[in-house]
Amino acid sequence: MPSIEVLVNHASGLHARPAAMFVRTASAYPCTVTISNLTAHGLAVNAKSILKVLTLGVNQGCTIRVEAEGEKAEEALEDLYRLISTNFGESA
Amino acid sequence: MSLTYQGIPASPGIVIGKAWIYRPAPVAVQRDAACSPEIEWEHFTAAKETARQQLERLADRCKQQFGAEEAAIFDAHLMILDDPDLGETIRASILEGGQSASAAAEAAFNTYVETIGALQDEYLGARAQDIRDVSRRVQYCLMGIDPAAFEMPDQPVVILAEDLAPSDTVQFDKRLILGFCTVKGGPTSHVAIIARSLGAPAVVSAPINLESLPAGIQVALDGTAGKVILDPTPEEIQALQKDQDREEAAWQQALSQAHSPAVTRDGCQVEVVANIGSAEDAHTAVLYGAEGVGLLRTEFLYLDRDTLPNEAEQIRAYAEIFAVMGSRPVVVRTLDIGGDKAVSYLGVQAEPNPFLGWRAIRMINERPDVLRDQFRSLLQAGVNACLRIMLPMVSSLDEVRQAKAIYCQVRDDLLAGGLPCAQDVQFGIMVEVPSAALIAEHLAEEVDFFSIGTNDLTQYTLAVDRTNERVAPLASPFHPAVLRLIALTIESAHKKGRWVGLCGELAGDPRAAGLLLGLRLDEFSMAAKSIPVVKALLRTLDSTACRQVASQALSQATTQEVIDLLNDAFAHDR
Repeated sequence: MPSIEVLVNHASGLHARPAAMFVRTASAYPCTVTISNLTAHGLAVNAKSILKVLTLGVNQGCTIRVEAEGEKAEEALEDLYRLISTNFGESA
Repeated sequence: MSLTYQGIPASPGIVIGKAWIYRPAPVAVQRDAACSPEIEWEHFTAAKETARQQLERLADRCKQQFGAEEAAIFDAHLMILDDPDLGETIRASILEGGQSASAAAEAAFNTYVETIGALQDEYLGARAQDIRDVSRRVQYCLMGIDPAAFEMPDQPVVILAEDLAPSDTVQFDKRLILGFCTVKGGPTSHVAIIARSLGAPAVVSAPINLESLPAGIQVALDGTAGKVILDPTPEEIQALQKDQDREEAAWQQALSQAHSPAVTRDGCQVEVVANIGSAEDAHTAVLYGAEGVGLLRTEFLYLDRDTLPNEAEQIRAYAEIFAVMGSRPVVVRTLDIGGDKAVSYLGVQAEPNPFLGWRAIRMINERPDVLRDQFRSLLQAGVNACLRIMLPMVSSLDEVRQAKAIYCQVRDDLLAGGLPCAQDVQFGIMVEVPSAALIAEHLAEEVDFFSIGTNDLTQYTLAVDRTNERVAPLASPFHPAVLRLIALTIESAHKKGRWVGLCGELAGDPRAAGLLLGLRLDEFSMAAKSIPVVKALLRTLDSTACRQVASQALSQATTQEVIDLLNDAFAHDR
């Protein structure tokens, strides 16, 4: 299954606006997308669920793994990688 | 007898008035399924639909009454309501587990409130509050209760509550809100945001027993100190009223004079204008006495989309703002975007150093079309405006010459094509890179004006990333090195007969008003809300005296010495 690992640099982690942007982006793709917080317990959850993403408690400096399977999986991962690596469109 | 409680300050100001205790309707969860699983499921989907409609209405109402930042809360609520995993859990509990709609929803929401609340994080604490709020809304919808149906007194009151969820706060008639006091909640809770946007004092985490409180009791709220006094004594009221009167009088005095020019005691007048980023900001700017716009950020046209805005869109957006500002001058900054923003259609990429990278005017070689379109739109939209255009992040003379060539070409094309084209447009640049300040005498030959961007000038001069918390305290615009660059820029411009503005946070900083006046700054551009106070402050100053202070400041060795000097020199003026 294609996957990426990426460091979250945003000051508010994957909590407030960044979490919403992440979930919206994942939800735009037909494939299944999961996310896990490698810095914590590492359990994978549905990346299209804002509530599940919040339970991961992804803070600034956590590394996450995102996996996608199905139609447009590669594109979804690319898009999500860009979102996180550009710090959700804010100053680094 | 009066009782004083110490809470946490959440929104500054002082208010004394009648207390009104807000008690939302209790939620009664119906434990047993009254109908077949299919009917219970229908109840749930109907309640969810009602909740959705309420939230959409609230988001609209909130946007109008309070602003986009506050309305975003309800977009987040809609997202929670539509969460696919939450929906699936509830569906399974009802259809497969035989639970009532009410019990299934309560259990599903609670799981998340508990898990997320247990993470001990300030942001997540606020999200847990949001989830609880949506959960309560769904229960109300299942019970057939309209959460907006409560009676507020018809006189202005201080609102006391155990806790105020976002949807509680925005339901109140804002004309009747004197202030807020909650028993729970932190300084970042939603009520703090709303209170500040209303200019109403608020105290949170005040350990008051609301159950035992008599109706209509007097309460004094000091949102600056976080103090709440129940049934205050006449002496306490008098003391607070004195503080309140002093604060209020100073603001009202400043506001009443906000529309008069800022003329110093010795008759020297400077222009005081606003930094804006939307038509809404333009209205606020006029309200607070802005004599024009010193910085119109145009990024809003380019963010959150997949293609370049076309000419018609751009013209419409600019014309809307120009119409608000009328004959007042408007300085428009051309696009200032780089690798820190995700705008893929421009070809920006994530860069290790986006503030030293491919951004702003540096796009001119690869994407001259972006600048050309922007010039074309501005010149057409600005026919009846007092238009001034400036380029961001200039670091060399070539960039200015290149941009001017494009600008002149656009103007000639518009005129040749018989299209509308603004006349008497001033062309300027931002001075925010130290190299631009150092060659200001040459740049002044090419442009009509400079606008000093002190936020970036500070970060580039001191090599401090001001978004990096560990070094941000070093980023002071009062550093003598930054001040010398500002002074050099102004001097070089004046020698060539050009005017200079300043549009960083420094312009709105009361500590800096005398210093900048002394450096002979011509235009002060700041957040609209700072305008009345800075204008009032400028009127108390004497420009000759300020020049002496400024020249002393330039010869100081450290930031602290500069700040001490300014405090000494201007303490008597405040």
